[in-house]
Amino acid sequence: MSDYILEMKGIVKEFPGVKALNNVNFKVKRGEIHCLVGENGAGKSTLMKVLSGVYPYGTYTGDIVYDGEVQKFKRIADSEGRGIVIIYQELALVPELSLYENIFFGHEIMKGGAIDWNETIVQGKAMLDKVGLRADPSMKVKELGVGNQQLVEIAKALSKNVKLLILDEPTASLNEDDSQNLLRLIKELKSQGVSCIMISHKLREITAIADTITVLRDGATICSLDATERQIEEAEIIKHMVGREMDNIYPKREKKEPGDVALELKDWTVFDPSKDREILHHININVKKGEIVGLQGLMGAGRTELALSLFGNPTGYKITSGEFILKGEKVRFKHPKEAIKKGLAYVTEDRKGNGLILMQDIRYNITIANLEELVNGLAINENEEINVANGYKDSINIKAPSIEQKVGNLSGGNQQKVQLAKWMFAKPDVLILDEPTRGIDVGAKYEIYSLMNKLVEQGMSIIMISSELPEVLGMSDRLYVMSEGVIAGELSAEEATEEKVMAMAVRS
Amino acid sequence: MDSTAPLKSKMNDGTKAGLGGEVVSLVKNNIRDYMMYIALICIMAFFTIQTGGGFLQARNIANLVNQAGYVAVMAIGMTIILIICHIDLSVGYVAGFSGAVAAILMTKYHVNEWVAIVIVLIMGLLIGLYQGLLVTKVGVPAFVTTLAGMFIFRGLLNRSLQETGTIIIPNEGFNALSNGFIPDIVSGSSIHVLTMIIGVILVAALIWTEIKTRINKKKYNFEVISMPIFITKLVAISAIIMAIMWVLASYHGIPWTAVIVGIVLIIYNYMLNKTKLGRAIYGIGGNAQAAELSGINVKKVTLFAFASVSVMAALGGILYTSRLQSATPTAGVAFEMDAIASSYIGGVAVSGGVGRVTNTIIGTLVIMSLTNGMNLMNIDISYQYIVKGLIFIIAVAFDVRSRKK
Repeated sequence: MSDYILEMKGIVKEFPGVKALNNVNFKVKRGEIHCLVGENGAGKSTLMKVLSGVYPYGTYTGDIVYDGEVQKFKRIADSEGRGIVIIYQELALVPELSLYENIFFGHEIMKGGAIDWNETIVQGKAMLDKVGLRADPSMKVKELGVGNQQLVEIAKALSKNVKLLILDEPTASLNEDDSQNLLRLIKELKSQGVSCIMISHKLREITAIADTITVLRDGATICSLDATERQIEEAEIIKHMVGREMDNIYPKREKKEPGDVALELKDWTVFDPSKDREILHHININVKKGEIVGLQGLMGAGRTELALSLFGNPTGYKITSGEFILKGEKVRFKHPKEAIKKGLAYVTEDRKGNGLILMQDIRYNITIANLEELVNGLAINENEEINVANGYKDSINIKAPSIEQKVGNLSGGNQQKVQLAKWMFAKPDVLILDEPTRGIDVGAKYEIYSLMNKLVEQGMSIIMISSELPEVLGMSDRLYVMSEGVIAGELSAEEATEEKVMAMAVRS
Repeated sequence: MDSTAPLKSKMNDGTKAGLGGEVVSLVKNNIRDYMMYIALICIMAFFTIQTGGGFLQARNIANLVNQAGYVAVMAIGMTIILIICHIDLSVGYVAGFSGAVAAILMTKYHVNEWVAIVIVLIMGLLIGLYQGLLVTKVGVPAFVTTLAGMFIFRGLLNRSLQETGTIIIPNEGFNALSNGFIPDIVSGSSIHVLTMIIGVILVAALIWTEIKTRINKKKYNFEVISMPIFITKLVAISAIIMAIMWVLASYHGIPWTAVIVGIVLIIYNYMLNKTKLGRAIYGIGGNAQAAELSGINVKKVTLFAFASVSVMAALGGILYTSRLQSATPTAGVAFEMDAIASSYIGGVAVSGGVGRVTNTIIGTLVIMSLTNGMNLMNIDISYQYIVKGLIFIIAVAFDVRSRKK
């Protein structure tokens, strides 16, 4: 038997007008953790879609040798039948169904022509134990957090007798704790003989876990690094990814004395009627003019909820007590519209889900939150609008043929820039950024950090919510740590370390 | 990776040299719209041949316009509702009931016809607000709310005409809405002069706006179609407008119905393309959550859409009643089917977020040409439904397929 469970040789995949994969060679050893890295658009996802049969045999050229045989997968079912299971970044679970129903969804345990529910529950529980999720298998998926949902996905993969597990950015939406948990699990699966391909942007995780690291760039294999022989440095990976050295991940900015308080919360307490419980308890924070304040915490600590409760409560929370003072004025917003008018902006963590209108073009998305400024009588002044959109496209470097390009066709980094342009045009005094660099590549991250620096230098205040600790530490002047709906502590940039933050975040 | 593929391919198409290449890429990128026009032309050609030219006769074209008017206004209102991913099934019976109320006001209570029309339109508004509030404030899905509306307004329609049966309407002004024509400025001419003048004005306005848009697009370095194709397009559209005007002018001129539909169309088209409200409608259809977080009051806009579709239903009811010169208990049956089919054939996406009222009018013409043509051929109503249903489903299936690419 060959050392390699998978060999992809000379894979070429073309889309109309573009070669997405150009002679890619990719080999995965039996029982290893193989990390696949590259900037957005480098061809990682396309390669995995070729492997899993999403792009069926015949639509690409080259050979897939799996388990010693050339494979001709026509559908996902074909590759799953051979033990190749892919878990996408966007989880494929049915929220309204129970955990055990989800785990065996599509390959139900049958007995005499009917589903054997008892066996399903027992097996489901066993799978959940394997992934270390201590939860009632009959609870609904929607009741779990994203981190635990990810575990359910893996349990589902295990139930299919997976031999080669492919994870597409598994930790992208997880917090530090859940990420570590997941990485531990992957290592454990490895010891049980499951080979694993992991696509990730998080280099720290990669260097910690990978046996081999393959870098793709512009649809071609750049190199394959053996991490079992020597420690691979992040800088080396970045160099291969971008084709140049990156000295600074976080651009410097002039530290200035912060100005007046721009936003202050006193005793802010919020109740969520849909969950029938208080979700934020007596929050006291302040943000000064020209400051970047980090809001750190584990998933479910209440960071996004806090942002939404300030931004006009689109999800229907009840504010039970407390004061919200924006630029010296006591406010309480009933709708995002009022918040925008008073100079508050919120850039959502889920740009595809509730941030952008993907079927509309760049111009539409940039101006939608502040059309007032472009309205002339009844009509929107389209010439002015085009100038505005073109201005942002140039100044923050949105890569697209024109502002008439549909946002859905842009890469993640460029979509994020459109989101930022939209909220810059709304001209807020306080900008809340929720996971501003999630799922975007290193180059675009740097551009977004630089932009944040520029904005605070112009006097804006930024609240930055992020699950990537190094990012929060690298960018913030000050940070608050949240834990289970309370502020667990406050740290200045100088005193903050990853250990201190984590210690506060897990304390409750 | 795949996300950038369409982007790059579009750029390549643009740089492909030669007129032929441009035509091919234009057809490729707009296949959905072109198919709609081709379908309409094929349907019209078919009926013209089958009826020995009768379909295209001036009298029949005027007839077609008068028949299509009530569906057109209802379909325009429906387009907004469908763009924001809702539906209104009640428009048919709201139209029928509105016609009945107008008739009763004019005959039993001797209300002035124009006052009656205003009252009925306000009633439509109230009906729309009632259904819209159920959807936005209470949270009943639109499908259920308006299905209940079908029951209610069908009942009200039957109730209101229970004692009198069909009401004949004597008011000439009212009846002229869907039977009359605009007066001419010159008397005794064999050609309707005002109609031709309006035709020329329309063509001039078209050319002026098209050129203005083109100059603007060039100023911002946007892609524009090449000069020969631009001119061909302008000439073709102008020729079609003038041909229609010529046909109408050789009969009695432009029907009042066309004027009413035209005004409604201009208002809605302006609203959708030029105002904040229009942006909000497309935003909600594209992603309601994102729209809400962008400061759009989704509930308010939804309420507006329901109010507007019911006002259009009331207007449709007035036009239909005027057409028949009477209010009957069977008015309104299956109107919602024609209105919804018109919108979808006109290119509203089944997933919402996309659609144009100008294309909806083309959809209405497809549906009503089928009705009109098959009536001329004396085809039984049962077959008419089957044929319309098949054309409808083919159009939507084609739409869904072409959007996937």
